[in-house]
Amino acid sequence: MTPQSPLDPMDLAGIDDLLSDEEKAIRGTVRAFLDKRVEPFVADWFERGEIDDIRGLTKELGALGLLGMHLEGYGCAGMSAVDYGLACLELEATDSGVRSLVSVQGSLAMFAIHRWGTEEHRGRWLPSMATGEAIGCFGLTEPDHGSDPASMRTRARRVGDDWVLDGAKMWITNGSIADVAVVWANAGEEHGGIRGFVVPTDSPGFSAPEIKHKLSLRASVTSELVLDGVRLPGDAVFPEVRGLKGPLSCLSEARYGIVWGSLGAARSSLDTARRYSIEREQFGRPLAGFQLTQQKLADMALELVKGQLLALHLGRRKDAGTLRPEQVSLGKLNNIREAIDICRMSRTILGANGISLEYPIIRHMNNLESVLTYEGTVEMHTLVIGQAMTGQQAFR
Amino acid sequence: MNIVVCVKYVPDAQSDRTFNESDNTTDRVGVDGLLSELDEYAVEEALKLVEAGEGEVTVVTVGPDQAADALKKALQMGADKAVHVKDDAIHGSDAVATSLVLAEAIKKTGTPDLVITGMASTDGTMSVVPAMLAERLGLPQVTFASELSVDGSTVTIRRDGDAASETIVATLPALVSVTDQINEPRYPSFKGIMAAKKKPVEEWALADLGIDASQVGLDAAWTKVESFTKRPPREQGQIVTDDGDGGTKLAEFLAAQKFV
Ligand SMILES: Cc1cc2nc3c(=O)[nH]c(=O)nc-3n(C[C@H](O)[C@H](O)[C@H](O)COP(=O)(O)OP(=O)(O)OC[C@H]3O[C@@H](n4cnc5c(N)ncnc54)[C@H](O)[C@@H]3O)c2cc1C
Repeated sequence: MTPQSPLDPMDLAGIDDLLSDEEKAIRGTVRAFLDKRVEPFVADWFERGEIDDIRGLTKELGALGLLGMHLEGYGCAGMSAVDYGLACLELEATDSGVRSLVSVQGSLAMFAIHRWGTEEHRGRWLPSMATGEAIGCFGLTEPDHGSDPASMRTRARRVGDDWVLDGAKMWITNGSIADVAVVWANAGEEHGGIRGFVVPTDSPGFSAPEIKHKLSLRASVTSELVLDGVRLPGDAVFPEVRGLKGPLSCLSEARYGIVWGSLGAARSSLDTARRYSIEREQFGRPLAGFQLTQQKLADMALELVKGQLLALHLGRRKDAGTLRPEQVSLGKLNNIREAIDICRMSRTILGANGISLEYPIIRHMNNLESVLTYEGTVEMHTLVIGQAMTGQQAFR
Repeated sequence: MNIVVCVKYVPDAQSDRTFNESDNTTDRVGVDGLLSELDEYAVEEALKLVEAGEGEVTVVTVGPDQAADALKKALQMGADKAVHVKDDAIHGSDAVATSLVLAEAIKKTGTPDLVITGMASTDGTMSVVPAMLAERLGLPQVTFASELSVDGSTVTIRRDGDAASETIVATLPALVSVTDQINEPRYPSFKGIMAAKKKPVEEWALADLGIDASQVGLDAAWTKVESFTKRPPREQGQIVTDDGDGGTKLAEFLAAQKFV
């Protein structure tokens, strides 16, 4: 019998064997890029609250094929949902901020234009968004309306053939650097309620001041969008979709990315803690030699494995066209919740070093506080699952 | 312009590298391997030349089954086609035999305008294959290029030495080996990864190249690894306690190691 090769401590269950060579190649190229281009700098970006040359970085992400990678045509790479998930996991293992940049560009802004835009919208924006020449953002949340976007106050008025937008959006990723904003506004009953608009950010009346003082997702631009009588031509609106279905269809895409992404932050934290526990000695032996430490490591590894299996299962369903939004809720709820627990538990293994930006854990942990909240809070996904189980809607 | 790039499949330097106990050759089977990083520069340079003009990039490797991974990586980066020479008889070949196999394989692909190689492999690090190969192909050899340009029928390179940088011009066809200063190798893009699946990979055995098994392999090798020992574990560093004379002790240490 040939001797068995040692078990990979970060893939105890052998989940890698469920991936094709091509899927591994996709993951490998993303990892190699991040190791060189982002990993060495990201702690500093986080500390300063600013990504150096974010436009240049976005173009490099585009050159690799990461932007809108799971969309077809218009210069997009046309990859599978599993490929996209694997890429999100690697991105977030580096930093949730960089993953957010990619998610919002591809799954929110580009997806919205691809799915709901006119042929003209698609031709005008998607090719340059795929290369990263143009950056997009997605404005749904408002200062006073988060989990309940149906009550939004941003208004779209018909003036002649044009549309005029007034209102404000809050917590908008990529807002201040965006060239184009997908903005959701209430057009009134007679025009179908909530409608989506493609807004070039150089339109008069549009501004996007950056939100400061964040202690989470610091390597990501988050902004307010101010819409002060922004006048748009009549064809700026998504022609067909009406109501919350529009934005929710996009959110379901981005949430799917988080199902995978959050595990990246968890994997990075757990691996850091595992290595640290082997090297660090107290009471004359490595931390890894204490049963309490091993208990922590084993518990975290179990949750990581389960989360990965769930992500892959949902990914295969998405590729088969059978994925339901409620199933995305299952994935997001479980994986973000377990990921943040893994980060917190990992942090304890590093003791004081755990709170230092010299190690990635506290950064991941703080980042995941945002991920816990955006794309539907943990509470909202719980209620979605509750409704699916009982038929009772508990959030209204 | 048609370019052939020679690439090697080497054990990943990140993982443990070993020799086979039985014949003292590098273990390429039981370990993770990849396209030699130094060859990525050669692939990148070839791709840049072809992208700026026209022509094709063919990558050639001599190695075991797993060496197909090195070819695949080069195809994913953008090379047009690949040639894999594999034959059990090649196992244990030294640089002399390897250059013979490469030379015959390159001849069989046609007449390239340029043959590009890395400056060394990351496992053997001998740097002699490029020169031997040029000799066998009867091509001018311009090695260790840190800059390369092609103008009509000539290739110009810069070679950086300790004392001076030389500019060397050779007529095409020629063989150039490139250093890790010459460019920044690209990452395979998603499109490149997808496209690589459809690119042709030829597999040739020694018989296809008219080479007799007795000319290659361990028995024909001019050099042989007699024995090897594992690298000793790293020794613990020396800890100097500062009793007020830490600076002096540090200076003494540096002087003893001839650093100052
Ligand atoms: C860094 C960052 C980036 C973001 N990027 C974007 C973006 O690009 N585009 C965008 O549109 N938005 C974005 N958001 C906004 C995000 O989607 C919202 O913050 C989120 O939907 C929650 O809304 P809220 O903050 O207003 O919280 P609220 O809705 O006020 O909720 C506060 C708390 O109450 C709970 N709650 C609310 N209603 C119920 C209920 N019925 N039952 C039980 N509990 C309830 C919530 O779960 C939460 O715990 C971003 C947020 C952050 C932090």
